[in-house]
Amino acid sequence: MAKTHITMKVNGAEVEGLVEPRTLLVHFLRETLSLTGTHIGCETTHCGACTVDLDGKSVKSCTVFAVQAEGSEILTIEGIANADGSLAALQEGFRMMHGLQCGFCTPGMIVRAHRLLQENPAPTEAEIRMGISGNLCRCTGYQNIVKAIQYASAKVNGTEFREAAE
Amino acid sequence: MNDMTPTREQRTAALEGMGCKRKRVEDIRFTQGKGNYVDDVKLPGMLHGDFVRSPHAHARVKAIHSEEALKVPGVLAVITAETLKTVNLAWMPTLAGDVQMVLADGKVLFQNQEVAFVVATDRYAADDGIAKVEVEYEPLPVLVDPFKAMDPDAPVLREDLAGKTTGAHGPRKHHNHIFEWTVGDKDLTDAAFRKADVTIKELISYHRVHPSPLETCQCVCSFDKIRGELTIWGTFQAPHVIRTVVALIAKIPEHKIHVISPDIGGGFGNKVGAYPGYICAAVASIVTGKPVKWVEDRIENLTATSFARDYHMTAELAATKEGKVTGLRVHVLADHGAFDACADPSKWPAGFFNIVTGSYDIPVAHLAVDGIYTNKAPGGVAYRCSFRVTEAAYCIERAMDILAQKLNMDPAELRLKNFVRPEQFPYHSALGWEYDSGDYATAMKKVMETVKYAGLRQEQADKRAAFKRGETREIMGVGVSFFTEIVGAGPSKNCDILGIAMFDSCEIRLHPTGAGIARVGSKSQGQGHETTWAQIIATEIGIPADNIMVEEGNTDTAPYGLGTYGSRSTPVAGAAIAMAARKIKAKAQMIAAYKLEVHEDDLEWDIDGFRVKGLPEKTMSMKDICWAAYNSVPPGMEPGLEAVSYYDPPNMTYPFGAYICVMDIDVDTGVYKVRRFMALDDCGTRINPMIIEGQVHGGLTEAFAIAMGQEIRYDDAGNVVTGSFMDFFMPTAVETPHWETDFTVTPSPHHPIGAKGVGESPNVGGVPAFSNAVNDAFSFLGSTHIQMPHDYWRNWKAAKSLGVFA
Repeated sequence: MAKTHITMKVNGAEVEGLVEPRTLLVHFLRETLSLTGTHIGCETTHCGACTVDLDGKSVKSCTVFAVQAEGSEILTIEGIANADGSLAALQEGFRMMHGLQCGFCTPGMIVRAHRLLQENPAPTEAEIRMGISGNLCRCTGYQNIVKAIQYASAKVNGTEFREAAE
Repeated sequence: MNDMTPTREQRTAALEGMGCKRKRVEDIRFTQGKGNYVDDVKLPGMLHGDFVRSPHAHARVKAIHSEEALKVPGVLAVITAETLKTVNLAWMPTLAGDVQMVLADGKVLFQNQEVAFVVATDRYAADDGIAKVEVEYEPLPVLVDPFKAMDPDAPVLREDLAGKTTGAHGPRKHHNHIFEWTVGDKDLTDAAFRKADVTIKELISYHRVHPSPLETCQCVCSFDKIRGELTIWGTFQAPHVIRTVVALIAKIPEHKIHVISPDIGGGFGNKVGAYPGYICAAVASIVTGKPVKWVEDRIENLTATSFARDYHMTAELAATKEGKVTGLRVHVLADHGAFDACADPSKWPAGFFNIVTGSYDIPVAHLAVDGIYTNKAPGGVAYRCSFRVTEAAYCIERAMDILAQKLNMDPAELRLKNFVRPEQFPYHSALGWEYDSGDYATAMKKVMETVKYAGLRQEQADKRAAFKRGETREIMGVGVSFFTEIVGAGPSKNCDILGIAMFDSCEIRLHPTGAGIARVGSKSQGQGHETTWAQIIATEIGIPADNIMVEEGNTDTAPYGLGTYGSRSTPVAGAAIAMAARKIKAKAQMIAAYKLEVHEDDLEWDIDGFRVKGLPEKTMSMKDICWAAYNSVPPGMEPGLEAVSYYDPPNMTYPFGAYICVMDIDVDTGVYKVRRFMALDDCGTRINPMIIEGQVHGGLTEAFAIAMGQEIRYDDAGNVVTGSFMDFFMPTAVETPHWETDFTVTPSPHHPIGAKGVGESPNVGGVPAFSNAVNDAFSFLGSTHIQMPHDYWRNWKAAKSLGVFA
């Protein structure tokens, strides 16, 4: 099948590649660019393991063609950490609040939460739950993911994080 | 002592040992997208394999035409059963003593069964090839309803078993019968029922579900023709078992097979068994001489690899009119699908279902299980439970509620009246188990107090009265569940897989500077073993957990272990870790005695080293002992500091817990709301409370999904109608209730550190708590048992059938 040349900015770096028109963005990221942090859990846009940020919006990269991302700016889990290499507030929050277990949903969940906090820096619990409802987790029951996002929100906003009472 | 000397509390805290909410070491890589899962493995020249699958649930395969597929650019091979027959791999043995087609051999027996394996340069080309493979089918009558499986005129599913009147577990009664398994004393049980004041009998079904971890099953097989070695990266919960299975069926010497389970994206029982994808990828690699990757998609995962449950349980209880249970009788019709591929220990065709007497002192019981074939996917895995324990817990917990209803007694009171009492442990159950320890009444009362149980019952009575007066359309249910699990399979006297005893293992090697590596036969799929196993070692030998690297999943380096499932890691591998650590400590004591110039018996352990009894300032830290182990051991002693332990547990462990669910249901819409869920777990000694709580949250969420909507459902033609995440209920953060957790601690008396295991308890106890809440809500309208799953539509149907719309 004929291939198309595409360019985009991924995690701040200009990248390019040759893809079939049908190549999915997630396969371009994982296989051409070797950015394997973005995962595939369902291939039907339900689970959100493949969530990346495309021009400032969360998308599920298993149902976006790579050619659709031509000229766009992509942020994946590999671009989330702080510039000095330390864990970003969200990454730290997931660890401190035990917001992950097997780690398979985690990259998509963190990238989604990153966008959520850009849009709503101090979300309520209900807003967090709705905001991550496109991302499935089979291990944690979500409760600690919610706390992880609250932790990050507080850290970024310079407010005090108080763990919700059990 | 100067001010800089750490206190004993500081020394203990520095270890981050058992009881510490240690943050997980795994999270550093997982939160940065730097985990290494199977699909991340990329080898030079790697090919991709994918399946042509059957659209029919039962059909004869007349012909497979692959010529057109082979013309597709990138397609290199199409493997069929005929290809596999040349290497004697068209069929493979199952863990349950049956055989299973790797690729359709003459017929297909369930929808989406593997028919041919297309090997291509990438996954897109493989898909193109699949579209071009033409299969001629002749449809056959389909058997979906398990209750019709043993009708005289039922279709013959397994023609390969023609004339075989005996299976792996005894006589077969019918061409679709697999086994009958009976336990207990029938005559005494029958007598108890004849004498009973009150009896109940109910068909309680536990529907077919699927573990569906977020990562599907997958592997990369790479055969090195020059060395004759096969390396398999796979999503394996039990990598050593996979190695032995491959050695046995592929006739490759076991030392030339390298199985690697890298990071695994959840397992929940789905990744215990051996699937056709693994065999086909291995054969394809041997044939092509190149690495071959196979990655299941979600639809394939839900429809072809390893369902769970599908038990239809007819439960009967006999009791006095005061509510003392005097007998239990259970018959199970077990739908195993097309092949008996249950992942149970070899001698247990229905797993440990004979834990069905639950937490109650029931003097006599009898159990019979009939396993049957239908045109459904094979499997029968322990989905986040020890083998068939969740079915058993659901059965007895529903039955107890039904009995309470008949006796007009509170369900919690009935349970308290029948609990095995603390002084009865070790308790011998009527169906053959020896429960190790428990304090059930304390746990039950504690959780009742937390939720203000009496107040809830009063509120429910008020609401029921209001409903009857027509003032509300909302009904309220209080679901009580008390479960006893049986985990930690298991003792070699009764547990093996393919003849290998179900021990587990640990090797610890300490380095000169006071750090070390522990290799363990278990395999984490998210449980956090890299964190918790180091905590056990830290407490046992006084080396900080941060200085211990834990490695699992590489069969070349880890000692042989039976893997992680059935909540067996802490009870078995956890014990092996403690025992290996104690061997190290014993040698360390000899080294310390030599260096301190005292007799070994004059030393005592103190947090992170030894001190001379009566001379607390004369000490030698474990860190210093590590150094000494490499340069100045006592004369005649070998240098180094390492140990291996293979632990054969003397008994299972029996975690337990008390759960209460408060639910409100709108009868006009069937919409429910979980108002409160309180889970108290007793898993014995607690290694990492943070991880325990996380496990409970996750298990409860899976239980919630199962009880309230999740189902693998077939239509009459054998089509799976819930084959994607669109139809198969996967709760999001919005639907998932808020969880409250609590605990008591009753250590296991026979386990080296007293731990019992917890990962599966919430699934075992959670499902009956939800289902009992729904049933409790509807009971005052005249129902005794409503089958799961309790989704909105079924709740509405239940309300309708109870006449609330009249």
